[in-house]
Amino acid sequence: MAPELNGKKFLLQGNEAMAEGAIAAGCRFFAGYPITPASEISERMSYRLPQVDGTFIQMEDEISSLGAVIGASLAGVKSMTATSGPGFSLMQENLGYACITEVPCVVVNVMRGGPSTGLPTSPAQGDVLQARWGTHGDHPVIVLSVSSVSECFSIIVTAFNLSEKYRVPVVVLSDEVVAHSRETFTIPAADSIEVVDRIVPNVPPEWYKPYEDNSRGVPPMAAMGDGYRHHVTGLVHDAHGFPTERPDEIEAFLKRQFRKITNGFFEIQITKKFNIEDAEIAVIAYGSVARSAHRAVAMARSQGIKAGLIQLVTLFPFPKSTVVNVMRQCKAVLVPEMNMGQISREAKRVNTGLTKVFKYNRIDGQLISPVEIFEELQKM
Amino acid sequence: MDVDRFEIRLSGSGGQGIILASIILAEAAGIFAGYNVSQTQSYGPEARGGRCKAEVVISSKPIDYPKAVQLDMMLAMNQASCDSYCFDFKANGLLLVDSGLVDQTPTSRVVALPFTKIARESAGRDLAANIVALGALGHFCPLLSRKSLESALSARVPQETKKMNSKALKAGIKAAEKFDMDSLPRSILPEEEEEI
Repeated sequence: MAPELNGKKFLLQGNEAMAEGAIAAGCRFFAGYPITPASEISERMSYRLPQVDGTFIQMEDEISSLGAVIGASLAGVKSMTATSGPGFSLMQENLGYACITEVPCVVVNVMRGGPSTGLPTSPAQGDVLQARWGTHGDHPVIVLSVSSVSECFSIIVTAFNLSEKYRVPVVVLSDEVVAHSRETFTIPAADSIEVVDRIVPNVPPEWYKPYEDNSRGVPPMAAMGDGYRHHVTGLVHDAHGFPTERPDEIEAFLKRQFRKITNGFFEIQITKKFNIEDAEIAVIAYGSVARSAHRAVAMARSQGIKAGLIQLVTLFPFPKSTVVNVMRQCKAVLVPEMNMGQISREAKRVNTGLTKVFKYNRIDGQLISPVEIFEELQKM
Repeated sequence: MDVDRFEIRLSGSGGQGIILASIILAEAAGIFAGYNVSQTQSYGPEARGGRCKAEVVISSKPIDYPKAVQLDMMLAMNQASCDSYCFDFKANGLLLVDSGLVDQTPTSRVVALPFTKIARESAGRDLAANIVALGALGHFCPLLSRKSLESALSARVPQETKKMNSKALKAGIKAAEKFDMDSLPRSILPEEEEEI
């Protein structure tokens, strides 16, 4: 029998809140392989899922973990896995498979110092572009990031909702600081959490075309075993799901993959603003660094510097319209990151001469502190 | 009590129970005393040994930066961690050390108590030194009551160790009560810089 956790206050780790958020979003299958600093997600799922009639499997590695997740999702069960950099590299092949077969699933990557085994217990943000471009082929992708325990809960729900709605894998980037920090958090009441489920076919099985286009670009998805003919392949396929080499079908198929995400930009591109209204300079930050930036902006304001913060919750598709509006308004923006400059590249790409883009980078396995960002703001 | 960022750092060697003590401290403040709390940690890849630190930020307001900025209190359970982590201290910050394991301290506002020895004598095991130290930390922290500490401890530790841990906590509080705070300087600022 599942203990009633909703509405109660806990001291939760980011990783634990992620597991709770996943369960609240309807996740009932988890396959994973332990890795610091993501193991607590698996650990909590391993005893929470059986309480809600879900399934937990520890697989032999990360490749099979995502494979199992894709399989479970095809069978109609909301599924996820969680790993860190080295495991995320192994998942890239199956991530592409989930993209082309349009299987909803959530992949959490708790970033640690890299490359390779790197710094298992230290935070970093080095996998941002890997999350965007790690798997091969031209593909759209949704990448979200979290900065606090409460976001670990709420954003994982958003990740599942977007994944189900658009039939895409959603990558959630956390980092060691967010993952291992404990904060007081009240688990929201179940009826206050918006949960989106995939649309299932409403036609008889003999009429069903599993990859047929519609106005949303997202075909209804039948669960395997429900009596609907459903061929799944990593080859580019036609509306029936069988391989095709016809250029007209290939182009229509791939363009639909992009169109369905582009159609949803407004909903998908999530940002949070702090003190932006009258800001003359702004910080663009994500993950745990956004917490430091929040304090740095408050410090700057107390010194009379009109600073603001845009926290990027969605990293990809890059929230261009919000960022560009702030760039128009500010004389300079600062992008602090725990890498050598991955989102600052995106900021520079959309800037097109509107403002000055400064970056601040730290790659020594330590979180960027508020004072460091404040000092950079003073120089601007 | 209204407070904006009361910050405590606990440090020692991996395996001494530093992180567990910080979790209990955070739960005492966050769950049982109703504050906003952020607890963070940093440790090496070793299973045991190596330096380990954990930080607890307690505030009546929402906490932006989750780690410590300026420490109100710090615990050092060995010399190496005392040497590496004793920074960002407020002038009136208080350092607690295990007097059996730390010989030299970088500040004169120090409460040196033999936590490990007290653990052995009161609970029968060196292992409970973290809980003894937690009792002392709780005593000197103005935001925590004895009751909130006891409730948090009993909710977190395994059933079969509750008795031992409870003894250790009480012994820690008792040792701290005996300490004469008036024997310490109020601040480590030089006299001429002290505000009157």
